[in-house]
Amino acid sequence: MELQTLTYIVVGFTFAIYIGIAIWARAGSTKDFYVAGGGVHPVANGMATAADWMSAASFISMAGLIAYMGYGGSVFLMGWTGGFVLLAMFLAPYLRKYGKFTVPEFIGDRFYSRTARIVAVVCLIICSVTYVIGQMKGVGVAFSRFLEVSYEVGLLVGMAIVFVYAVVGGMKGITYTQIAQYCVLILAYTIPAFFISFNLTGNPLPQLGLGSTISGTDVYLLDRLDQVITELGFADYTNNVRGSTLNMFVYTLSLMIGTAGLPHVIIRFFTVPKVKDARTSAGWALVFIAILYTTAPAVAAMARLNLHNTIAPPSAEQNLAYEERPQWFKNWEKTGLLEFEDKNGDGRIQYTASAETNEMVKVDRDIMVLANPEIAKLPNWVIALVAAGGLAAALSTAAGLLLAIASAISHDLLKGVLMPDISEKAELRASRIAMAGAIGFAGYLGFNPPDFAAGTVALAFGLAASSIFPVLMMGIFNRRINKEGAIAGMIAGIGVTLFYVFQHKGIMFVASTAFLGDMPANWFFGIEPNAFGAVGAVVNFAVAFAVSAVTKAPPAEVQELVEHIRVPVGVSAAQDH
Amino acid sequence: MAFQSKEMAKAYWRENLTLMLWLSVIWFIVSYGCGILFVEQLNAIKLGGFKLGFWFAQQGSIYTFVALTFIYAKKMGDLDRKYGVDDDA
Repeated sequence: MELQTLTYIVVGFTFAIYIGIAIWARAGSTKDFYVAGGGVHPVANGMATAADWMSAASFISMAGLIAYMGYGGSVFLMGWTGGFVLLAMFLAPYLRKYGKFTVPEFIGDRFYSRTARIVAVVCLIICSVTYVIGQMKGVGVAFSRFLEVSYEVGLLVGMAIVFVYAVVGGMKGITYTQIAQYCVLILAYTIPAFFISFNLTGNPLPQLGLGSTISGTDVYLLDRLDQVITELGFADYTNNVRGSTLNMFVYTLSLMIGTAGLPHVIIRFFTVPKVKDARTSAGWALVFIAILYTTAPAVAAMARLNLHNTIAPPSAEQNLAYEERPQWFKNWEKTGLLEFEDKNGDGRIQYTASAETNEMVKVDRDIMVLANPEIAKLPNWVIALVAAGGLAAALSTAAGLLLAIASAISHDLLKGVLMPDISEKAELRASRIAMAGAIGFAGYLGFNPPDFAAGTVALAFGLAASSIFPVLMMGIFNRRINKEGAIAGMIAGIGVTLFYVFQHKGIMFVASTAFLGDMPANWFFGIEPNAFGAVGAVVNFAVAFAVSAVTKAPPAEVQELVEHIRVPVGVSAAQDH
Repeated sequence: MAFQSKEMAKAYWRENLTLMLWLSVIWFIVSYGCGILFVEQLNAIKLGGFKLGFWFAQQGSIYTFVALTFIYAKKMGDLDRKYGVDDDA
């Protein structure tokens, strides 16, 4: 069957499953799925959390970035998994014990201040919107390829579908739909990886294939890759440090504490029945995430090797003739994300690291994962499955974030603070307007995103790292931090980070408004903007401690609250989310 | 407060913090230590086709993280029972 048709069928089929489950789950009592039945089992919750968590950045973008960053790409692998250790140990059990509804609500109560709650809501909205920009890039790439249109048209179609999905939804809130989405996306990620690993190394497990020899030779795959790309003038793969050791350190830290500070992930731990389930849920979520994250480096290295082998086959001593380029090359050219320019006029494709001789003038990193099975000449059904997986990842996370933004505005801001008497109908309308506004805004910036999808998402993590994570930590582990400290800390942390990001990436990410170019020479100690959240977090902690030290201690009942959440016993019933 | 005494509550919290501290140390060593700070030195050792530091950064640290979260959940469960504050009632 033709690839295009098959893709429509597979994507349509998976969507039918999600919608079917959503309807079936609604038909029964929704409560059964969350609360009355004793809450969601930790394994199920872990799987749903993994689906919520792994977005277009993890699925579509990350391996492509690693393919070109090599060892430097490890910041994503360690950063986006290591945060779960922090979440499991430092935050999830205590926030579950506290048992309220949203993260701003906890901050508002713990710091006995409506102002603190509002500041937390604003921080949450800034992080989430930035995150959605990254998702929009991924959605745009996926749709442009499968509809065979330009990236811009793909993005518009994607915006429309995300809008329908999120507004008609509530769909995303259903744990069992997310479990189905997890299954689709993990199969879509691992099956092509098994094939490719087996073809290249004879070992079907990509985690082991990455460290194996290439079939029929005694050359290790990674050694071969290093050799191929250094001969073309690229930096080698296995030693290529991202910026500096300090930059990699800070970048990883920023992603880790950002993970532990992202409200839409934390909120998942409110749905488990008991404190000890919150601890194991985080573990299970990490297991399901680790399956993708340990496969990704193999996908990255093998995609890079296959790409170079296709364009410049080592045996033929000759580069690929442009006229003989494979179908996937032509398809990606249509999207405008892959461009060739015959600089020396010989009709063949030269792919080198030098700006003068390189003829692959544009290879958008975000196309690598989607193109990978085609480059490796895998069967059409595998390619179609990857399409379905990429869309599942992008849509589920985008919808989840949009709902978080909508509830922050309508529930926390309007109903909680500004207009307590607002009717339910008006609240719903406000949340729809908020969602539409967020999609429009993020989509508009998606036409010229500040970075590749995973890089943009990294910025969002930096913002969460600098604002939410520190106040949650201090709220749980330090009785003495008061409202003045927390508010000043959040504002200083996110302020410093935003200032740094905007000065290099442009105000609100509009590149022309950047007043300092985005290049290493302009970076503070060589720390790139994507990594700056960790510095913002340090500022947040420092300011909060300093301000708290010179202002009045929190009232006794708040100090008692801190004692109360430290002990698992006496937990309230699970919340319905 | 379900503890029999204030001292018990203090002891529980201290044991909890000690456990967190140790697990955080391991967390730090496998990722920031082996994967970033000492990656060059470790890369001198080969594990099959992997340089060891590279392996820690792209594989080993992730496996360790998974183990750490489960060890934490298990140990905290034991601690809750020891002090009679588990929420299984």
